[in-house]
Amino acid sequence: MPTTSDQDAKVEPRAAMSKTPEKRSKTPEKRSKTPEKRRAEEEEEDEEELLPVAVEGSSLALEGSSDSEESLFSGLEESGSDSEEDDEDEEEEGVPGSAVDPDGGNSQETVEEGEERGMTEKERALLKDKTDEYDHDSSDEEDIRNTVGNIPMEWYKDFPHIGYDLDGKKILKPIRNKDELDDFLDKMENPDYWRTVPDKQTGSEIVLTDDQVDLVHRLQRGQFGDVNFNQYQPTVEFFSGEVMIHPVTNRPEDKRSFIPSLIEKAKVSKLVHAIKMGWIRPRRSKEERAEEAGRYYDLWASEDPNAILGRHKMHVPAPKLRLPGHEESYNPPPEYLLSEEERLAWEQLDPEDRKTTYLPRKFSCLRAVPSYSRFIHERFERCLDLYLCPRQRKMRVNVNPEDLIPKLPKPKDLQPFPTTQSLVYRGHTGLIRSISVSPTGQWLLSGSDDGTVRFWEVVSSRCVKTVQVGGAVRSVAWNPNPAVCLVAVAVGCDVLLLCPSLGDRLLIGSTEQLLSSYQPPEEKGEELVVWTTTEGEEHSQGVRLRLTHPKAVQQVVWHSKGDYLSSVMPQPSSHLQVLVHQVSRRRSQNPFRRSKGLVQCVSFHPLRPYFFVATQRSVRVYNLIKQEMTKKLQANSKWISSMAVHPAGDNVICGSYDCRLAWFDLDLSTKPYKMLRHHKKAVRGVAYHPSYPLFASASDDGSVIVCHGTVYNDLLQNPLIVPVKVLRGHTVTNDLGVLDVTFHPSQPWLFSCGADATIRLFT
Amino acid sequence: MGGVQKKKFDRGAATNYITRNRARKKLQLSLADFRRLCILKGIYPHEPKHKKKVNRGSTAPRTFYLMKDIRFLLHEPIVGKFREYKIFVRKLRKAYGKSEWTGVTRLKDNKPVYKLDHIIKERYPTFIDALRDVDDALSMGFLFSTFARTGKCHVQTIQLCRRLTVEWMNYVITSRALKKVFLSIKGIYYQAEVLGQTITWLVPYQFSHDHPTDVDYRVMATFTEMYTTLMGFINFRLYSSLNLVYPPKLDTKASGALLKGEDDGDYALDSESYMEKLSALSSCLARVVSSVEEDEAQMDHFPVEGEDVEQMEAREKEHKEQEAQRRLFEGLKFFVNREVPRESLAFVLRCFGAQVSWDKSLCIGAAYDVTDETITHHIADRPNMEKQYINRYYIQPQWVYDSINSKICLPVEDYFLGVTLPPHLSPFVEEKEGDYVPPEKLRIMALQRGEAIVQDEDEEDDEDDDDDEDEEEEEEEEEEEEEKEDEQNLKKMETQRSQGKSLSVKVTPGKVKKEDRGRLEQEEKAEEKRLAIMMMKKKEKYLYDKIMFGKKRKVREANKLTAKRKAHDDASKTDKKKKAKKQ
Repeated sequence: MPTTSDQDAKVEPRAAMSKTPEKRSKTPEKRSKTPEKRRAEEEEEDEEELLPVAVEGSSLALEGSSDSEESLFSGLEESGSDSEEDDEDEEEEGVPGSAVDPDGGNSQETVEEGEERGMTEKERALLKDKTDEYDHDSSDEEDIRNTVGNIPMEWYKDFPHIGYDLDGKKILKPIRNKDELDDFLDKMENPDYWRTVPDKQTGSEIVLTDDQVDLVHRLQRGQFGDVNFNQYQPTVEFFSGEVMIHPVTNRPEDKRSFIPSLIEKAKVSKLVHAIKMGWIRPRRSKEERAEEAGRYYDLWASEDPNAILGRHKMHVPAPKLRLPGHEESYNPPPEYLLSEEERLAWEQLDPEDRKTTYLPRKFSCLRAVPSYSRFIHERFERCLDLYLCPRQRKMRVNVNPEDLIPKLPKPKDLQPFPTTQSLVYRGHTGLIRSISVSPTGQWLLSGSDDGTVRFWEVVSSRCVKTVQVGGAVRSVAWNPNPAVCLVAVAVGCDVLLLCPSLGDRLLIGSTEQLLSSYQPPEEKGEELVVWTTTEGEEHSQGVRLRLTHPKAVQQVVWHSKGDYLSSVMPQPSSHLQVLVHQVSRRRSQNPFRRSKGLVQCVSFHPLRPYFFVATQRSVRVYNLIKQEMTKKLQANSKWISSMAVHPAGDNVICGSYDCRLAWFDLDLSTKPYKMLRHHKKAVRGVAYHPSYPLFASASDDGSVIVCHGTVYNDLLQNPLIVPVKVLRGHTVTNDLGVLDVTFHPSQPWLFSCGADATIRLFT
Repeated sequence: MGGVQKKKFDRGAATNYITRNRARKKLQLSLADFRRLCILKGIYPHEPKHKKKVNRGSTAPRTFYLMKDIRFLLHEPIVGKFREYKIFVRKLRKAYGKSEWTGVTRLKDNKPVYKLDHIIKERYPTFIDALRDVDDALSMGFLFSTFARTGKCHVQTIQLCRRLTVEWMNYVITSRALKKVFLSIKGIYYQAEVLGQTITWLVPYQFSHDHPTDVDYRVMATFTEMYTTLMGFINFRLYSSLNLVYPPKLDTKASGALLKGEDDGDYALDSESYMEKLSALSSCLARVVSSVEEDEAQMDHFPVEGEDVEQMEAREKEHKEQEAQRRLFEGLKFFVNREVPRESLAFVLRCFGAQVSWDKSLCIGAAYDVTDETITHHIADRPNMEKQYINRYYIQPQWVYDSINSKICLPVEDYFLGVTLPPHLSPFVEEKEGDYVPPEKLRIMALQRGEAIVQDEDEEDDEDDDDDEDEEEEEEEEEEEEEKEDEQNLKKMETQRSQGKSLSVKVTPGKVKKEDRGRLEQEEKAEEKRLAIMMMKKKEKYLYDKIMFGKKRKVREANKLTAKRKAHDDASKTDKKKKAKKQ
């Protein structure tokens, strides 16, 4: 299109001011351009291509106007026109350099501007014929043209000139002597000051014309620079609904426009298939869907009991939430509000440990109640409980605690038994470890840590005799044989045999005779124990024999016949722990070859030749004739402290330091028949009553518990054990309470000795 | 010997249980889907008896499900729907990624949906079963209906919850099933008896929630999904049992004028105004068969064998009481001021036969104006009202709730505006023997029995109460002391005796000791008991100790409360006296 380029060249010289506005109004112009251009093109085409148009029009008329084809055409045409446009633009882009040079001077346009410039120029070209707007554009500076091009003018800052004119001569800077005062004066005097603008390129000042000022104002208001331009003019559709008589192009139609498209066919068949298969469903409206979701009916119309699944019987319904109490009220009674300390304690607890998740609060009126901040939390926790917690059916049995208490015969019906403390025997200064009653029941013997052995008259609580033995007495035992009057006392490594010379003179005489009638045997073997007869001071005190043991003796026990005596020297891992002595022959023997543990105490069977040895955790029963172990009783306790054998010989009780009392029925089992955990502290001593069905246990908690324990002759009937009385009296000193307990041989009386240096008689 | 060697964990407990992860794999579901499935189907974990056996010898903490349960889940059609949904999400994502907007809309329109009807039927084979479990559903529904329509969950869910809860409230009003109400710091508890089932639900106060961050709303939403379905079916059934139209319609005859309401447009859009009117809870519902008025069903007498006349009478009396409670506010006309919770009060008052109205600008459905002369009670929650009408009581809202709980119209004097309110007690607490009973409760009980308490005698009353308390206290103390006493006595006696011994021998005229027979006997019995306790077996002793410990703790707590109360009363009394003196 050579014509346009020519026009460009002509149009190019244009006021510098009008260029910038153009740049701003870029988009609207671009929009407006198209229709005009099209019009122009149409005109041109009308002129040049009359003939082909006629042909195309006929073809159109022939084919009729099917929508698709028209759209096809339109699409083609559009793309065509676009490409044309692009071509034009490209052409024009090349122009500026060449176009500017001939005119010289105003070369403000940038290369980027080229595009739009091209458009505007074209526009101008179109309008040119009607109005020549540049006629009155008479700026005098046009002849002074600077040829430096579009460069930052600071580069010329240090030079006296600011560029070169068309002839290559320097354009000198105006003599700038304008200072602020001048400026001010200028401002005051020059009426055109406000429309005077400095031109950077030439250094001169330009006074804007009215039109230019107007233009500036319009642009500032966001209007088009051209006054006559109507931005709201009706668009003229290139393709309209009306069938035109002429085709847009005269391109022969493609073959594919006559035959149905295979691709489309495939697409359609695919869709049809999908619809048939139900993959594509017609769209449902929103209301329809909502209705579907919220449609309810009588779900339980036919409640068929058979339809209930088996698993439903196993179902554990979720427990309901606990109902709130008074303290949750918004206005609770004052007693439910927490005090300051309680509140602090609540706050310091972990949230899991708190009894309630909230603090009770009081509000004066309903209006003041705030929202509960943990509401959503608690609901969520409930949800978690519902689906995460294992559920279990727990049978809650409502037990009446009274029913748990066993029905025992009333203690009243089991009398007699000691009930009250009647006598206190005072005299000892140290704790009393052991007591023993004479077989007649008239005398009481006690051995204490103060190094004395005292003899008391039972009924009067009078101390009739005191023997200094020179050491803490560990154990005392009165010979059970009523025909002799002899006691054994364990002091340190010795066992003393004392003749208390109390009671019947005949008896004393017989005892003395028994002791003195000893004939030393001819051949003396090696003795474990040295038997020595005492003389002098000791003898006058009543000590008759001294059995010197290799180690400290813990306990002495008589056989029921009164001839044999056993002593215990507890030594871990020593075979020499238990010795059996025969008084009449003054002989001692060690019955055990090997140690079976730490021996705590020993006891003779009252009727048969059995020997009980209590070690730390068990009681061994030995047959002395067969010389073998017959039984081993497991006490189920940590440390046996004491042991007593029932006078009938079939039952044994064992007290232990772990507060237990075990009753063994030898005929029944080697396990305890009954474990009694009555005491709060270690059991120190146990005793059976020789004739009444009673037994007692003494403990460090200062109490003696008397139990009724009937042993039936019928083997099938188990012993009946009923606690009948708790006897208190001893005071606990140094964590030691009652140390030993023993019964009166004939009366239902009980003696107990304790760490408070007293002996008490309960009747 | 031959035979195949037995493998471990091939039989027995190990095969009855399955860990959660294995169950998930077996069902081929993601954890979230598995969780959802468990929630919907009501499957919960089980705690095996021998964890190590089930856990294949390991003691790692794991969640176990019953194998049977998981097998039961295998056949659930919803599992298929979950998978479909997964695929749908994938397709949708793809469509978004390719910016195929038509595809997106098409997919969205055909979003797979599932119904929970069959699950509800399966979980609750009978209607009563469903009704028994509706507590949580209601609480959840009421919570969700108060959510703001932003974020957290779908707007449709909120709307549905609102609709269902309004339906429920309307049902309760119509059937007059409400029994108890409790204003707690958490919200308002309501208890209704529907078809013999006691149903309790909690409604939060009308505030916006600050949503906690550590709550998984997906879990809550899944529960809500199930609960809404359940509630819908229950509502339908309940409405049909009362011959009401479902979905509820307002009774056009009774409240024709109201329906046409000229200024509906001010309150809500036309599409929502009907719902709003329903939720105003001010008008009756339409019935399928329009009956004139539900005539009182006469209770027939079916003398049950073995039931004597007394029991019959008691039953009849109870029935009458219930009837009376239902008509508690019949004939009263209330006006609700704008600062009190309107919905709760409207619901509660209508449940007991009262007429309620409120300011027109407060809510739709106001029946009459403040100026109505026939209003008997005006409920307000402000210290004073400027303009007061003479012929009505101005009371605080607590009066309504307290009256309902005590089943009688309480004297209004304690609830006037600006008066310090009496404590609001929980109606759910049923005091047993030995429990602490607040004096206010005693007072209400006295009122129920018909013993008139004149206001002037208030102080005396208090004193009486105090006396009662004291007596109680004493009793309790006695109980506690009983055991101690014996021991103390014994000790005393012994010490006396021992001291008597050690004293110098001196004969002093002895005092005749009064022998209290009863006391001696008691002592003897107590000792017997103690001795018997000693002989208890270890297991029984443990149980016995536990029971006794619990009992003692209860007594201790009750004592503590009484002491606190007493201290408080004393303090307030002295305050009063001081004030009086100053004046």
